[in-house]
Amino acid sequence: MAGKDGSGKMLDFTDSRQVSLPISRVKLIMKSSPDVSNINQDALFLTAKATELFVQYLATYSYKKGTGRETKCLTYGDLARSPEECDTFQFLADILPKKILARDYLKLLEEEEKGDEGDGEESDDSD
Amino acid sequence: MAERPEDLNLPNAVITRIIKEALPDGVNVSKEARSAISRAASVFVLYATSCANNFAMKGKRKTLNAGDVLSAMEEMEFQRFVPLLKDSLEAYKKGQKGKKEASEQKRKEKDKKTDSEENDKSREEENEEEEERMEEEETKEGEGEEEED
Repeated sequence: MAGKDGSGKMLDFTDSRQVSLPISRVKLIMKSSPDVSNINQDALFLTAKATELFVQYLATYSYKKGTGRETKCLTYGDLARSPEECDTFQFLADILPKKILARDYLKLLEEEEKGDEGDGEESDDSD
Repeated sequence: MAERPEDLNLPNAVITRIIKEALPDGVNVSKEARSAISRAASVFVLYATSCANNFAMKGKRKTLNAGDVLSAMEEMEFQRFVPLLKDSLEAYKKGQKGKKEASEQKRKEKDKKTDSEENDKSREEENEEEEERMEEEETKEGEGEEEED
């Protein structure tokens, strides 16, 4: 059941009829969704279980595709790449924005402004 | 009431454990990555709920059921989860049923006991009391002897 077997295989490490995630918290999140009235017990269980599978899947996918394999580390960058590498993770694009160096961002802004010069408008969005 | 995903987080410790056990041994996970996965998980729940709710509404139901969640998984392109989810659900339902049956069984046995006890109780009690009294007297005598020594 619980425990690593050292082979690095992806296991369903939980007793399949249980979930590690707190059902109450999952319920809280579900209820915050508009138009949702009630959720039956089985649906709650399934959602919690599916979320666990999702976490496993996102972590292993991002790690496999990422550069972390050399450094044996899963980084934010690996995760941020997953929406563009895999359509299934597209819905995460907004919450996993790619990071960009400040100087590169400023360069981008400059180039945009140059392109807009013809409009006669200057948008200075420096945060 | 719209709540931002950041306010509805799942416990860090559990998320970390799930990640660590999914990844090969010895792989580290940056704090940022962990927090990102946690946010992603919350968004996943919201997305799944919204999707499942659409199916419930289609069926003119106000309560989300297991079928709605499974349909949502397919809709979201997480079909890969469906077989495992179905098995888990069966195991879960059996567990729930077992618990229910166990507590019902206990209740039945309790009821049975009280019924038969009420009939035989008085007779048994009398016998037991007599035996106890006899034993007490014996031990008292025994104890008495020991104490004196």
